[in-house]
Amino acid sequence: MAPRPALLAAAALLLAGACTPGSTETDVVAPSGGQATGTVDFWHFFTAREAAAVEAAVAEFERAHPGVDVRITAGQDDAKVLQAISSGNGPDVALSYSTDIVGKFCSGNAWRDLTPYLERDKVDLEQYPETVRSYTAYQGKRCAMPFLADVYGLYYNKDLLAEAGYTEPPRTMTELADMAKRLTKRRADGTIEVAGFVPLLNFYEHTPSHVGPSWDLQWLTPDERSAIGGDPDWAAMLKWHKDLVDWYGYENLQKFTAGLGDEWSADNAFHKGKIAMAVDGEYRVAFLRDQAPDIEFGTAAVPVPDTALDRHGAGYVTGNIMGVAANSDNPEASWALIRHLTTDTDAIVGLANAIKNVPTTRAALASPALEADPEFQTFLDIFAHPRTATTPPNAAGPKYIELTQEYVNAYLSGPGGDPAAGLPDLDKRIDQALDLGR
Amino acid sequence: MTVLGFMAPALVGIGVFFLYPLLSAVYFSFTRFDLLAAPEWVGWRNYAYLFAHDPLAVKAALNTLWLVAVLVPVRMLAALGTALLLTWVRRGGGFFRTVFYLPALAPPVAATIAFVFLFNPATGPVNGFLGWLGVEGPLWFDSPEWAKPSLVLLGTWAVGDLMVIFLAALLAVPRHLYEAAEIDGAGRWQRFRHVTLPAMAPVLLFAAVTGVIQTLQYFTQAAVAASVASGQATTGGGISSTFGYPEEATLTYPLHLYVSGFRYYDMGYANALAVVLFVVAFAVTLVLLRRFREFVGSER
Repeated sequence: MAPRPALLAAAALLLAGACTPGSTETDVVAPSGGQATGTVDFWHFFTAREAAAVEAAVAEFERAHPGVDVRITAGQDDAKVLQAISSGNGPDVALSYSTDIVGKFCSGNAWRDLTPYLERDKVDLEQYPETVRSYTAYQGKRCAMPFLADVYGLYYNKDLLAEAGYTEPPRTMTELADMAKRLTKRRADGTIEVAGFVPLLNFYEHTPSHVGPSWDLQWLTPDERSAIGGDPDWAAMLKWHKDLVDWYGYENLQKFTAGLGDEWSADNAFHKGKIAMAVDGEYRVAFLRDQAPDIEFGTAAVPVPDTALDRHGAGYVTGNIMGVAANSDNPEASWALIRHLTTDTDAIVGLANAIKNVPTTRAALASPALEADPEFQTFLDIFAHPRTATTPPNAAGPKYIELTQEYVNAYLSGPGGDPAAGLPDLDKRIDQALDLGR
Repeated sequence: MTVLGFMAPALVGIGVFFLYPLLSAVYFSFTRFDLLAAPEWVGWRNYAYLFAHDPLAVKAALNTLWLVAVLVPVRMLAALGTALLLTWVRRGGGFFRTVFYLPALAPPVAATIAFVFLFNPATGPVNGFLGWLGVEGPLWFDSPEWAKPSLVLLGTWAVGDLMVIFLAALLAVPRHLYEAAEIDGAGRWQRFRHVTLPAMAPVLLFAAVTGVIQTLQYFTQAAVAASVASGQATTGGGISSTFGYPEEATLTYPLHLYVSGFRYYDMGYANALAVVLFVVAFAVTLVLLRRFREFVGSER
């Protein structure tokens, strides 16, 4: 009977061995001056028009690097990339839509540390704003480079504002609440026909993350514990939203939003003139021009609390990120592709013009070739604002954001009360959830 | 050896596709594992978090138990009722059988999307019709109170798969048993209770067991309904970010398991959730088998 523990240990080892990534990462990089060659498997999440733009940029790279053949696979999300890398069959280069995943990819060694390549090729990271640098590294390990960025601001329907006598968008939260009420049109039965502003924090892009910089919301402490309960701005933010939700009536808002089109379709409520003001990303400019050319709209920074006007102009930024898979067979050519797509001004500007996202380098932002009408320029200005921020990267990905979202939804739909009483409980839940992955 | 030789393909299949994954799940449930680093043994930590600190797991389990308690009996009753009605139809039976079976052919994703649009509180024809009758319709898939009943309505609409099985079982009940019961003075209810039900017991058992297991694994309809009703069906942030809408009312246990594993990459914890689900499904199946045996035994 003696072999039983050994048998169990062997079985455990077999199970563990069968399901862990076969990383071949090495920090040894070739000397500078070499020419990249070979094949690079490149996975990204884009589809349709945006995928075509990526293909065009990659074709440009292949012309500049005739020895490299890039095989593109479109429509791949983070979960697929991670599973493929862990099974040893992943791409050489992956492009993720979310900075939420940086902590996981860096800390789990799914993506290589790019520092040796950056140092060898003397890539100047100062060409990116501080926030962008922060969301492409985790705990000092730079495993990602920024592709394009998404920046969030306020869209407003000029015609609806003019009807109500407004010529300018709101700058403060008090102005936003007042204008939202005055711009709202109700039917005889009290239901909402047009909403001035939908204060539900899970409506389209109006989320705690995307309004966070306007309220100066803190998410995590430097040692990665929840900072929400200890930050009085959270309670103020929730109270402001709850007051406006109550003014509309939660049920009324639910019924109204249920009748609106999908956010990512041509029936988006802002396209249809059903809402006068909305928080959204810079990409909405292109969608509006394409799908709702009759809507006269303007863009501005998200309003700030009345006492924080010095912060007006800042906003939330996130972005697409690229990295070299740990088990890439051809890291040199993979890095060459990433370097081209994330540091070459012409490539970045071409992609930004085609996909209508914000370029990340200062040179691309200043490029005369960058197409930026006044509506899009707003987002470039928000991007450049020193108080513009993002949500902190974490090894557990978006878990702390989504637990917060759950609390916020319940608070706005419930009886309300003092949010400061419930936020410490939320801290505890977030800490326990984050501990699970530590 | 000959017997083992003949059984070998089945044994290999069971070993590779059932035992190995099952043992793996049990092993990983005691580890911290994110698909990237090697699993790290953490003892009972995942189970402690599941039972003591994860309110979403409790909510998801309660939602799933609610569906098991309501959806399974409602579907069985609806299927049995429809099948009974069809046995009484004298003409056009084939036509009605086809009509009632057709919804079961609709792909679950398409059917769920259609249902969410039909039951849209602002623009859907269901509330339009209710309004015409002077009744204010609920928010259906957008209401925490009505979201699960809406899923039950969807499940009841697509009851054709059970209906055809029940219909076949009803038609297979020997006529002479009814005639003997009638001679003994049994009324319609007594004939149904003491002839039809016992004769159908194996089929009812099958429907109950498979229904409970399927509902414990309820995923697609809840995921699609939440995503479409939330208005973010194609969000770039990943569809799983909308699971549970509204307010986790449609967050079922398998959805929570999926999010834990494939959104948060807590694979060890997801495996702990899976092991608990397996144990519960196994226990419920055993209880159902025993109860039905008692029911059939009492009729003999």
